[in-house]
Amino acid sequence: MIWLLLGGMFLVTYIPRLLPFLFARELDLPVWVQKWLKFFPYAALGALIFPGILTAVPGKPVLAAGAGILAALCALFIRNITVIVVLAIAVVLLFQNLSIW
Amino acid sequence: MRRSALRWGFSNGLPIALGYLPVAVTFGILGNQSGLSVAAVTGMSAWVYAGASQFLAVKMIADGIGTLEIILATLILNFRHFLMSTVLARRLGVSRLEGAALSYWVTDETFVVASLHAAAEEPKPLGFLIMALMAYLSWLTGTFAGGMFAELIPVRIVDGMGIGLYALFIALLVPSARKHWQFALVAAASALTAWGLSRLLPGLSEGWVLIAATLGVSALGTLLPGAEEES
Repeated sequence: MIWLLLGGMFLVTYIPRLLPFLFARELDLPVWVQKWLKFFPYAALGALIFPGILTAVPGKPVLAAGAGILAALCALFIRNITVIVVLAIAVVLLFQNLSIW
Repeated sequence: MRRSALRWGFSNGLPIALGYLPVAVTFGILGNQSGLSVAAVTGMSAWVYAGASQFLAVKMIADGIGTLEIILATLILNFRHFLMSTVLARRLGVSRLEGAALSYWVTDETFVVASLHAAAEEPKPLGFLIMALMAYLSWLTGTFAGGMFAELIPVRIVDGMGIGLYALFIALLVPSARKHWQFALVAAASALTAWGLSRLLPGLSEGWVLIAATLGVSALGTLLPGAEEES
């Protein structure tokens, strides 16, 4: 039964990812659609970050938001994204077990 | 050219792989706790490869919800990748066959990295493949480790390490937002829209929230002055 579930989940996750590569590739889209598409990554980023970040650390929204703000500040000076990812994880690991949050 | 694609792939794949690892371990542990075998959780990561949907699925399995309902919930939550693939399909410049393979590794994270316009270099298909495979291997390894050593790893700790992916998103957003205020405004408005939608309509799937915020706020973005030149 679990393998049937996995097969079904495979189809419904792969097909939406696949279709645009088959059909939208060279489609001549009107200029307004192209402009619209250009904003997708930024709008998606905003919605991916917030409000999800508040629940990133179980039971500790303030710590999670703090780590996010720290990441944003670091990103002003550091171009290396790996460093920022490691830093945010380290901060959460350090402070996760304090009860002040 | 090949060399720069390799470098692009590795340098962009590394932060995603690091961000995925603890999340995958958490998934492996939770899958184990809901009664799935190590083979089944690892198989789900290998063949479904859809972060949030996988967490939802193991929760639904644990709650005894039926197969069809889980598949439907997965479709809804993952349909956002249709939008993401549409952007990537036009940007990566690949043949149908290459696209069919690469599309399997389109995730929120690989999409964002490969589609940001402020990126210094255009992603090449080879670079995308390397980045995507690093992410995928990290996801598989983490899931396997989490499922295998579920009893040994404190789930609360690894769960909190999921902050890494948010740091990744933020670190990706900041440089583009500084360069073009239009992108900053769109991202902020979209975050608020997502928050508002999830407050107003608590029953709405996260997938729909993301789709609605992306489509709606991007449309408003096209009305911003100067939106024509930024590309």
